[in-house]
Amino acid sequence: MFAVKPNVYIYILIAAGVTYLIRMLPLVLVRKEIQNTTVKSFLYYVPYVTLSVMTFPAILTATNSVISAAGGFAAAVIIAFRGGSLFKVALGACAAVFILELFL
Amino acid sequence: MKSDKSSFYRGIKNGIPVALGYLAVSFTLGIAARKAGITPFQAMVASLLNHTSAGEFAAFSLIGAGVTYLEVALTTLVLNMRYVLMSCALSQRAGDNVSVKDRLIISNFITDEIFGLSVMSGDRLDPKYMYGIIAVASPAWILGTYLGALSGGIMPASILSAMNVALYGMFIAVIVPPAKKDKTIALVIAISMVSSLLFSYLPGLREISSGMAIIILTVVISLAAAILFPVEGRKKEKEVVRCEA
Repeated sequence: MFAVKPNVYIYILIAAGVTYLIRMLPLVLVRKEIQNTTVKSFLYYVPYVTLSVMTFPAILTATNSVISAAGGFAAAVIIAFRGGSLFKVALGACAAVFILELFL
Repeated sequence: MKSDKSSFYRGIKNGIPVALGYLAVSFTLGIAARKAGITPFQAMVASLLNHTSAGEFAAFSLIGAGVTYLEVALTTLVLNMRYVLMSCALSQRAGDNVSVKDRLIISNFITDEIFGLSVMSGDRLDPKYMYGIIAVASPAWILGTYLGALSGGIMPASILSAMNVALYGMFIAVIVPPAKKDKTIALVIAISMVSSLLFSYLPGLREISSGMAIIILTVVISLAAAILFPVEGRKKEKEVVRCEA
């Protein structure tokens, strides 16, 4: 049953080691509060840009159909805009996709 | 100041949508692992140690193709380079309340989602809040990978499809409220999404891997915004919206 390839774990460990170092080094080594306004502003905008870039257009191909995905996207934006909680927004997007796909 | 316990529970609560999304995504990740000839246990170990969808997807297909170790290392490096920016942003919000031990542990769990929630939860990073998110999100990620690799047919396709948007819904829940209050952030978000669309479909740009595109767009757009609309200390404190659920 265990047809273990001897090197799979080495592959996994290499990927894990690289990933861990990428995440750990800045968090442990960059300890000082940055004073430079441009650098500070840069880091302030990073989350918004990264999250936006990761969301769109990737969300449109995340489900079984572009239409249901667009519906989920619209539902999330509307619920978030009306001040819905994180959980409500995420669940609302899922529900919109599920319901739309019943008709597709 | 909230007690440690309440911020831990707040983390658990806000982590539930993350866990839902992770179940769906890691399930498909597990299916990909199986296709590459990786056992459910190995896939689970990979998810425990990596916590990164794009990175693991790439690693699994590379392992299946039998490439060199160096290739796996370089691909992982490029795909996950965005975490350098995220870690820097987190580090700026981490004060003395975040010990080196906390930092070493948290580092294993800086995913797009956990980063997004943590960085938006306030001016100061709260490790207890992060541990709350991690406590529900990480087991879901690991379990989903295992189940996906074990059997591709456990969950109905319709549920899986719907769950796939949970993570994106969460990102939207994180970025929309601040955008409502600050036109600059709204503009930055709009430009980011349009640019991302161009990078996905325009010939010449679409050949760039998604991990690389995220880095390029993040650096270019954030830098442009930082130069055109610098943020003064006061303004920032006022406008960071707390992610209370």
